[in-house]
Amino acid sequence: MEATVVKTGTEDKTWGGGDNPPLKASYGKLMMWFFILSDALTFSGFLAAYGFSRFKFIDSWPVADEVFNHFPFLHGVDAPMYYVALMTFILIFSSVTMVLAVDAGHQMKKNKVVLYMFLTLIGGIIFLGSQAWEWKNFIQGTYGAVETKAGSIVQFLDTDGKRVALSDIALESTQREALERNKGLWFTDDETLTTYTLEDIKAGFAANENLLVRIQKLDEKGHPIVLNREESIAKLNTDAVRVVEGANLHRNEYGHPLFGNFFFFITGFHGFHVFTGVLINLIIFFNILLGTYERRGSYEMVEKVGLYWHFVDLVWVFVFTFFYLV
Amino acid sequence: MAHGASHESSVKRIWYVFTLLSIATIVEVVLGIIKPQFLVETKFLSMKLLNWVFIILTIYKAYYITWAFMHMEGETKGLRRSVVWTSVFLISYLVFILLVEGDYIYEVYKSGFVKYNF
Repeated sequence: MEATVVKTGTEDKTWGGGDNPPLKASYGKLMMWFFILSDALTFSGFLAAYGFSRFKFIDSWPVADEVFNHFPFLHGVDAPMYYVALMTFILIFSSVTMVLAVDAGHQMKKNKVVLYMFLTLIGGIIFLGSQAWEWKNFIQGTYGAVETKAGSIVQFLDTDGKRVALSDIALESTQREALERNKGLWFTDDETLTTYTLEDIKAGFAANENLLVRIQKLDEKGHPIVLNREESIAKLNTDAVRVVEGANLHRNEYGHPLFGNFFFFITGFHGFHVFTGVLINLIIFFNILLGTYERRGSYEMVEKVGLYWHFVDLVWVFVFTFFYLV
Repeated sequence: MAHGASHESSVKRIWYVFTLLSIATIVEVVLGIIKPQFLVETKFLSMKLLNWVFIILTIYKAYYITWAFMHMEGETKGLRRSVVWTSVFLISYLVFILLVEGDYIYEVYKSGFVKYNF
């Protein structure tokens, strides 16, 4: 293994920092900090754009705890934000194991570094899986809604103020069968059909006296306005044009379409960072196993990827606040 | 930078910071679920008091992650300022401009002559 390069051979030259490193940090660490700075500004740009759109369409912005209310194995139970809180803990905890790995590296304890890096990797992978699951729920939707001519969303409530799903409103589904290629024309694709047609929803709504609709305007205290029974029926009959189930890039059942776009883009971009973080951690993990840093006499590489990993956690703290809490 | 075997372990501090971050997160989640009426309906600078609480707790967490976990407290003053001041000032400026502008457009939509929502 004599061929293994354990030093870059430029330690005493300018690019290696010379014997007088600028800001008393090594070249790699300094550049990692400035990369993080630029990446932080990128994320800030996205989040500030999100804030701009949110303030612009503050009336029709979705209520976060109605959007993210799932928990694994608790079907139909309203569990607002429990799962994202868990995800946040998983990521913070993997940050803790990362910093413990850096600390063990300072003391040149290889086995401890291996253990903590392994735990960090596991945390990152669980987080990625959780994010995929969040996306699935977001795309699938919970209650369903109706879109108006102007593109705003109308949601259904019962007289107690509880949300009502489309499946509990419609008496029957008269939706036509989707045109699949093996049954219909082989050269064309059908649009994605909703479970119920607008007429099903209108008929079911008219038949149930307990149903009301909520529109995307806020009262003076900042709560969305719920129409009374007559107004609700009128709203549905005059303005509704389409049933909306779940979310895509054009419309979503939670509120303004931009919410869906920002959600997919920002959490997706963050998820991409987590993914690359896991990959980089994996490479460093194998290097630790091979003893590269033991021979180099310094675990500074662990410290550098640790900076990146903490940054990913730092961004999540902000994403968590602005998508799920505020 | 690494100081070899002579480096002092800071495991205790790491767990202390983890406890602080956990408490802040738990407070955020609990407030987000119960949404106290007073905090939701009182506004400060056209934002709900509850949202101010969330944002302050978030910055508190960000401070501890950067200072303790990323070990910013151990870096030189020059490095600390070149990273932290750059981001803090640029981001504050950007956020201020965009949010004020967003709120202005909201007012135009709401009270302008053109009826856009029906």
